[in-house]
Amino acid sequence: MPTVSMTVNGKSVTGQIEARTLLVEFLRENLGLTGTHVGCDTSQCGACVVHVDGKAVKSCTSLAMQNDGASVTTIEGLAKNGELHPMQAAFREHHGLQCGFCTPGMIMSGVDIVNRYPDVDEATIRRELEGNICRCTGYHNIVKAIAAAAKDMR
Amino acid sequence: MSDTGIGASVRRKEDYRFITGEGHYTDDITLPRQTYAAFVRSPHAHATIKGIDSAQALKAPGVLAVYTGEDVAADKVGGLICGWMIHSKDGSAMKAGGHPALAQGKVRYVGDHVAVVIAETVAEARSAAELVEVDYDVLPAVVSPAKAQAAGAPQLHDEAPNNTVYEWELGDKAAVEAAFAKAAHVTTLELVNNRLVPNAMEPRAAIGAYDRGSGGFTLYTTSQNPHVARLVLSAFVGIAPEHKLRVIAPDVGGGFGSKIFIYAEETVCLWASKKVGRPIKWTGDRSEAFLADAHGRDHVTHAELALDANGKMLAMRVKTIANLGAYLSTFASSVPTYLYATLLSGQYDLPAIYCEVDAVYTNTAPVDAYRGAGRPEATYVVERLVETAARETGLDPAELRKRNFVRSFPHQTPVIMCYDAGDYEASLTKAMEMADYAGFPGRKAEAAKRGKLRGIGFSNYIEACGIAPSAAVGSLGAGVGLWESAEVRVNPTGNVEILTGSHSHGQGHETTFAQLVSSRLGIPIDQVEIVHGDTDKVQFGMGTYGSRSGAVGMSAISKALDKIEAKAKKVAAHLMEASEGDIEFKDGTFTVAGTDKSMPFAAVALNAYTAHGFPSSEIEPGLKEGAFYDPTNFTFPAGCHIYEVEIDPDTGVTQIVSATAVDDFGEIINPMIVEGQVHGGIAQGVGQAMLEGCIYDESGQLVTGSYMDYCMPRAHDLPSFKVGMTKTACPSNPLGIKGCGEAGAIAAPAALMNAITDALGVKDLPMPASPQTVWRAIQQGATAQAAE
Repeated sequence: MPTVSMTVNGKSVTGQIEARTLLVEFLRENLGLTGTHVGCDTSQCGACVVHVDGKAVKSCTSLAMQNDGASVTTIEGLAKNGELHPMQAAFREHHGLQCGFCTPGMIMSGVDIVNRYPDVDEATIRRELEGNICRCTGYHNIVKAIAAAAKDMR
Repeated sequence: MSDTGIGASVRRKEDYRFITGEGHYTDDITLPRQTYAAFVRSPHAHATIKGIDSAQALKAPGVLAVYTGEDVAADKVGGLICGWMIHSKDGSAMKAGGHPALAQGKVRYVGDHVAVVIAETVAEARSAAELVEVDYDVLPAVVSPAKAQAAGAPQLHDEAPNNTVYEWELGDKAAVEAAFAKAAHVTTLELVNNRLVPNAMEPRAAIGAYDRGSGGFTLYTTSQNPHVARLVLSAFVGIAPEHKLRVIAPDVGGGFGSKIFIYAEETVCLWASKKVGRPIKWTGDRSEAFLADAHGRDHVTHAELALDANGKMLAMRVKTIANLGAYLSTFASSVPTYLYATLLSGQYDLPAIYCEVDAVYTNTAPVDAYRGAGRPEATYVVERLVETAARETGLDPAELRKRNFVRSFPHQTPVIMCYDAGDYEASLTKAMEMADYAGFPGRKAEAAKRGKLRGIGFSNYIEACGIAPSAAVGSLGAGVGLWESAEVRVNPTGNVEILTGSHSHGQGHETTFAQLVSSRLGIPIDQVEIVHGDTDKVQFGMGTYGSRSGAVGMSAISKALDKIEAKAKKVAAHLMEASEGDIEFKDGTFTVAGTDKSMPFAAVALNAYTAHGFPSSEIEPGLKEGAFYDPTNFTFPAGCHIYEVEIDPDTGVTQIVSATAVDDFGEIINPMIVEGQVHGGIAQGVGQAMLEGCIYDESGQLVTGSYMDYCMPRAHDLPSFKVGMTKTACPSNPLGIKGCGEAGAIAAPAALMNAITDALGVKDLPMPASPQTVWRAIQQGATAQAAE
């Protein structure tokens, strides 16, 4: 079985895995980081979004081996020293979550959207969330949360 | 109102774990020595099983066992039940076929569970599942209820001739016929309420485990009602007696009804865990959710509304054929009957109603409650009829409604429900203002200059929720009572745990329930912990669905808090050497009336447990009280939604330019959470009206089997919403709460289709009104015009 090594949330990790292991499986099963979720099987729902080398990636559609040597950030790695990331805080402040299942992927996508559009408007947020499906919130408060976080992230 | 009390938009206590990835959903949980299950599912919609050969599968790497329907039958595992008896017009009981946990002799829908493979890893279980050889004798299939009822159709269950489960009626047929005979105008519509797949973002999952030492079972399950699951699995399926079965519903990622029911997968995982001697986990993938979660809606309806010359409604006549799928799911029979026809009066003073419902088996997935459960179907019938009647008679849609509103309460409808309180014109007026209805003609003209078509539509919905008074639903066929339970445990150090039979899978109970307790006991909200979802902790509860957890769940807490207050006052009276009648309790402090003697709640709590200061012969130590609350009536949230659309005739793309919702939910505990429920409900209503539709082909293959073919609402499909409230308190529960979880999904489809048909100038359009459907309607209209 091949070996994969990468940095996850700032820590070096190594695993012996089958080549077909998805990044999301490596995170959830091998590393026990269950914050990243699997919500579909067609790479559309976005519950699995993580950051790889600073960019949003759907971890269900990436092999762990493809990320050998990369720096991965999951939802568990977003808060620093116990302090919530502005995007996390904004989701709570603006009630951008209900059941919480899509939330890790939404937050990671939200951070990526603001990284690319620091001055983001509502229409852009809605368009950029095409790859993240939520069944609970109707997106109204998710959009508000991301817009608010953008201001705090400047 | 304090900033954490009733009526405050308190930020949610439960959010921390969800925003940091520390939630515990069922698939996140790993038990020691856990194995994994993969289900073998039927690729055919209808077939007999001639034999199953598991030999190759059993030899595959990592496989511990393969079980089939024969093994289930040999262990006398009971079938999955439908818990609501419905009687047909002729008085006969509904005709229900069996629903085994693994197919016995026959499969009846694509996805039907045939066998299970247990293996060391998920991959090994799935690989081995492909090696299970099932010898099918394929039978013709039928997916349309009308065809299923016709002579010569394939028969799914021997118990149900012509695949008809029941032929039910409600109302006064003769009175309706007489009224129609005198009507000045009759509006008729043929309506299809399209089949939907609930698609909670967390797929269903289960972990079954058996403890050889104690002989007890534990089941982790993505359930909206763990106690109901335990009751069904013990009393009906017979896997273990209740006292030897612990059911835990941990964090659950959405339900919308689809996680109420007791399914084959958790049943099999639980049963097989004893045989295999190790825990068994199953996590569905999205394809399985499409195939095997209970679907929603799927009604075909012929509806007529009779009016007099002044636009007064005289009568409504409805005939519905409801597709229940291949087997009766847990509440399936109740959805197109007592949750549907009883709302056909809408907000209107309709003297006569008659409704017939035929429920039919077809070779499709079982159909059961999905957000709104019967009330979206009813609202669609009523509000499409009303809007169409307005157009046909030349009356403004708001005006027609005003001429017919129920204005005095209580109001007994002709269809069982007795509305207790409401002010329908207030929500209509407010919605019209917020939506700037008066300005619509100007906006329509301006859009036309840009070559776009604008339309506006109303939906004045009313629903019956806060389910439900136990004796009432019992008399209508329910097998269970629909009360709720709560236990308030005050700890010696003064903090409080609330054990509730409700279950939160997104509704924010850990916050809203705590708001109630914090405000009643005058203690900080962080001193209140809400415990739910574990049958080892909470004695019994009926769970969360039917918008009941505020109205019923919180009323149970309120009753228990009454008892806590009463006992605490007794203790305080002894401690402060006063008589009980002189003790007042306010803002967390007990005082002796007319004196400055006082004790804070925490001090009374501690004393209740040290028991030094009062005679234990008179007052038991401790401060813990429970209550069961049985509602005295359904609650009746109601409101007015107005949606405005703009259609591009070249592409059929329909944009919702504004969505206004004004709802009367009675007393509101947390406005932020209530608005969130409205947003989510509207989104699902938009999904039904414009995007979603579950399609089977004629051979019973599920064509829309993934997100590639089933269009889920995304952020860019929706506007930001305008949400307003009016209030008439609910008179039937101590808190005045009506419930809000389903209203958006109930109201939205009718409002949207009213808006779209308005924009296009057509009488009707099928849901979903996708760009293609809208574009074709425009082309047909243009062709018709050109031909004139």
